[in-house]
Amino acid sequence: MKLITAIVKPYRLDEVKNALQELGVHGLTVSEASGYGRQRGHTEVYRGAEYQVDLVPKVRIEVVVEDADADAVIDAVVKAAHTGKIGDGKVWALPVDTVVRVRTGERGPDAL
Amino acid sequence: MPLAAASADTGDTAWLLAATALVLLMTPGLALFYGGMVRTKSVLNMLMMSFVSIALVTVVWLAAGYSLAFGEDAAGGLIGGLDHVGMSGLGPDSVQGTVPTILFATFQLTFAIVTAALVSGAVADRAKFGAWLVFVPVWALLVYVPVAHWVWGPGGWILERLGALDFAGGLPVEIVSGASGLALCLVLGPRMGFKKEAMRPHNLPMVMLGAGLLWFGWFGFNAGSALGANGLAAAAFLNTLAAGCTGLLGWLFVEQKRDGHPTTLGAASGAVAGLVAITPSCGSVSLLGALVVGLAAGVVCSYAVSWKFKLNYDDSLDVVGVHLVGGVIGTLLIGVFAVESMTGGAEGLLYGGGLGQLGRQLVAVVVVAAYAFGVTYGIGKLIDVTMGLRASEEQEQTGLDLTVHAETAYDHGVLGHGAPVSSSVVPHAQKVTPQA
Repeated sequence: MKLITAIVKPYRLDEVKNALQELGVHGLTVSEASGYGRQRGHTEVYRGAEYQVDLVPKVRIEVVVEDADADAVIDAVVKAAHTGKIGDGKVWALPVDTVVRVRTGERGPDAL
Repeated sequence: MPLAAASADTGDTAWLLAATALVLLMTPGLALFYGGMVRTKSVLNMLMMSFVSIALVTVVWLAAGYSLAFGEDAAGGLIGGLDHVGMSGLGPDSVQGTVPTILFATFQLTFAIVTAALVSGAVADRAKFGAWLVFVPVWALLVYVPVAHWVWGPGGWILERLGALDFAGGLPVEIVSGASGLALCLVLGPRMGFKKEAMRPHNLPMVMLGAGLLWFGWFGFNAGSALGANGLAAAAFLNTLAAGCTGLLGWLFVEQKRDGHPTTLGAASGAVAGLVAITPSCGSVSLLGALVVGLAAGVVCSYAVSWKFKLNYDDSLDVVGVHLVGGVIGTLLIGVFAVESMTGGAEGLLYGGGLGQLGRQLVAVVVVAAYAFGVTYGIGKLIDVTMGLRASEEQEQTGLDLTVHAETAYDHGVLGHGAPVSSSVVPHAQKVTPQA
């Protein structure tokens, strides 16, 4: 199994969710995140004083999928989150040893 | 000061009652204006400095402030007497002009309140709350009250002897608060992280709401200063609206040219700058004059707020840049735009009055600014060496809301219905549980 983590622009969240649903991914976790990449934040102006705000708001989407589905899921997320502008985000995958469904105690792929 | 009438005029009294309530509303409005501009960790402290000013100044005013400011002159136009200490001798039948004296005293009280609250903008985020509780009454008696007497008191040297004009408080309110704010922030020193960290306003909608309430109250401030429901009040009302608008537009114009963005904080600040500048002049200048006064304040004040970064004093919320500079602009421009139809005598440079009025305005500005700065600096230093003026480093870092007031303004945790995930009721709370 793989844990796929995607850091994307908040307004692309619905697109990513829809794309994952179409692939048959049953569940996901979304959390607010902030950070920066090459674009290094943005500038705000208050009474003529400029402030460089380096951390920009993002959402982090996490899903655990079977190894065979990982590439398709990554492709779907990248396609849905893509705008072509700077700050579109990152997607990465990590191996997962164990997954347990709390309600039933099922383990492994059955718990997804 | 109008001559005493036999009895109060009901129309004038009704208007001044309303105007007094409007001016009192300016202080909660200012609390929101200032509160939105500070960081989340000290918004409650900012609101509290305004709200306690209402309570402190009211008590001081009723005890002695009114008598010293508006009692019969006791010392060459410098201070009033003690005849009305504790409001003695003033009943429902006492009349000042065409309104009850106690209403006039209350109207003037609301000016003293908002002036004290204005000073708090210079000390945001770092003043000891206890020190503020001591500062306000002492400052009100030693700074506000004498200047109010000079300008509006019977026999006061500025209006009656010098012949300078100030309709609604450019000198006692705007210049005094600005110069006092400068003195106090010099004694305090800059906030931790000044010029290094971004100290952004935490809630701009709150700033806009506060600016709106200030503007609303300002009609009572300026039009109420006619002390009657009459044409002069109407003219002051329209001048106030006009100057607020050109102030707003002037500030936005500068921002668009300089920074590339017209900001909401700029719109609020520009309107306030225009209103500050028209305060002394609303009862003296033509409508054209009012439009120019507001525009000049909007443009100049938008540059003046950056002085603190160049000169290295941390006037947190720009009391100097907006109130001192705006007040000076408005007070001086009376010498340019005063019209005889409004003043009943004095004329400005533009209307054939020569340089005389401008000179008188300048003298008043310099003396009042120097007095307010000097005395406030002294009070600040005295408090600093005795009880301490500045909050501890830990309090400032953590935020004054939590460390001084044991409260936080916002609970934005999304877990457990908005409460932080670790929150629980401490056993101590049982001690205050009401008995069944």
